[in-house]
Amino acid sequence: MAAYFSALSFAGLVSRLPACVAQGLIWGIMALGVYVTFRLLDIADLSVDGTFSTGGAVAVMLIVGGMNPWLAVLIATLCGLAVGCVTGLLHTKLGIPAILAGILSQYALYSINLAIMEFKANQAVSVDKYYLIMSSRHLTSAIITGLIFAIIVIAVMYWFFGTEMGSALRATGCNPTMSKAQGININAMKVLGLAISNGLVALAGALSAQYAGFADVNSGRGAIVIGLAAVIIGEVLGEAALGRKLNFAGRLTFVVIGGIIYYIIYTIVLWLKLDPNLMKMFTAIIVAIFLAVPYLKGQAKNSFMKAGKNSVAKEAK
Amino acid sequence: MLELNNVCKTFNAGTINEKVALRGVNLKLEEGDFVTVIGGNGAGKSTMLNAIAGVWPVDDGSIIIDGINVTGLPDFKRAKLIGRVFQDPMTGTAATMQIEENLALANRRGLRRGLKWGVTAKEREEFVERLKVLNLGLEDRLTAKVGLLSGGQRQALTLLMAALQKPKILLLDEHTAALDPKTAEKVLEATETIIASQHLTALMVTHNMKDAIIHGNRLIMMNEGHVVLDIKGEEKKHLTVEDLLHQFEKVSGQEFASDKALLS
Repeated sequence: MAAYFSALSFAGLVSRLPACVAQGLIWGIMALGVYVTFRLLDIADLSVDGTFSTGGAVAVMLIVGGMNPWLAVLIATLCGLAVGCVTGLLHTKLGIPAILAGILSQYALYSINLAIMEFKANQAVSVDKYYLIMSSRHLTSAIITGLIFAIIVIAVMYWFFGTEMGSALRATGCNPTMSKAQGININAMKVLGLAISNGLVALAGALSAQYAGFADVNSGRGAIVIGLAAVIIGEVLGEAALGRKLNFAGRLTFVVIGGIIYYIIYTIVLWLKLDPNLMKMFTAIIVAIFLAVPYLKGQAKNSFMKAGKNSVAKEAK
Repeated sequence: MLELNNVCKTFNAGTINEKVALRGVNLKLEEGDFVTVIGGNGAGKSTMLNAIAGVWPVDDGSIIIDGINVTGLPDFKRAKLIGRVFQDPMTGTAATMQIEENLALANRRGLRRGLKWGVTAKEREEFVERLKVLNLGLEDRLTAKVGLLSGGQRQALTLLMAALQKPKILLLDEHTAALDPKTAEKVLEATETIIASQHLTALMVTHNMKDAIIHGNRLIMMNEGHVVLDIKGEEKKHLTVEDLLHQFEKVSGQEFASDKALLS
């Protein structure tokens, strides 16, 4: 035990923090994509697990092929948009439940992502050979670039969801019957929301692959759960910090912060020398707990158990 | 303004749950008609309103609103012609959005929604004036989330939203049935004011025979998917609840089914 604790170096943990922030910002951008579907459209979209890898695969292959990395990131984002459209059309035009439509997209993307990477499980893109937008080898600039991306994405989302079209999209997620009565084409809005969401996730995937120096067909595994974790951590913190004053821009900012905090937790788990393979289980438990809390709070106020106890207490009198 | 020609609708056709809801409904509303609709449970009142709104396609017949044949259009495409208020106060508004956002959504009913701001400063001023008419104090709470409002307030807001872009026809589907009597009266008052001030054409389903008699210039009674009684003008003004009950027994051969209609 003593040997275990003496092997933990606090300085070692602190030295890893900047990397946490850089990676966390990228996951924060992905979480913003998850926020669009999960919170605004009220759909849990599982296609993002595939889209994250797609973003990385497309960006890396294009950069290796000689394309400017900014343009490569743009095209990767557009590929994400296309994936979102496919999931959306499976759901709205073919009547497949949203969750299953996402699973189908994700499943197909595994093959497609491999095909993009010339049927290799991963493809390297070295910062020594290519000009990249960000790399883990240049941490300060990676953090600044990640921050700029996050700020731009938040600003654009804040603007878009305040427009007529963005309001219609939010209304669709909140109350589809009312939306139709107000003349909103809710199917079109669902496709649009899924496209925006997957576009953002692919953007995050493209940045992540450059940061890591390679694209991997499995890099997106669990993206939806990590995204949910970031959304939930961000919301809990945001509401604790600002309460009712938490506006939409604040919410989005806290989602990104949630991404960073998630990555710090991840790093702490590694630092404690726990097997990183256990991280998926921890994440699932954390997300399950946070998703359950609002429900259990409601139950505590309004439960049969409480009514039963009250009645027993009265009889005793 | 509104024309229903032989509108038929059967739910779950060919199954043991088959239910013939509309058996060839014919109805013609003139501009400015305020028609109250009564009838027993399962008479087809709500089904008729849903057919007009385009919630699902009808099996037969045609629906014409303001000269436009809307029979082949889904609900969101005919929404520009129709204002709707639902029985459930939760249905007509978006709970997680602000009062002004809800009004702004309604203000764009039937218009293209682009990338302009969802709520403009000019609209806010207009909304304040409109909300004052309701006399519920909502004009001071433009940025409050609708989910914080009471059922009556939400219903009044839905009513305002339905009339914001003047609809060719206003559909009120028992919109006071879920409210307490006092609130129901207030919402009915607001309904009367809005319909009169904007000269709207309206169809109001109600379970309350008194309300059906007091309000509107015309009354129709439905039974088993037909319009069985149509009373307008002078005749309607002298109508009593007893008359209606008598008429109902005569046309249907049974006693009026709903106690709620008699007691309220």
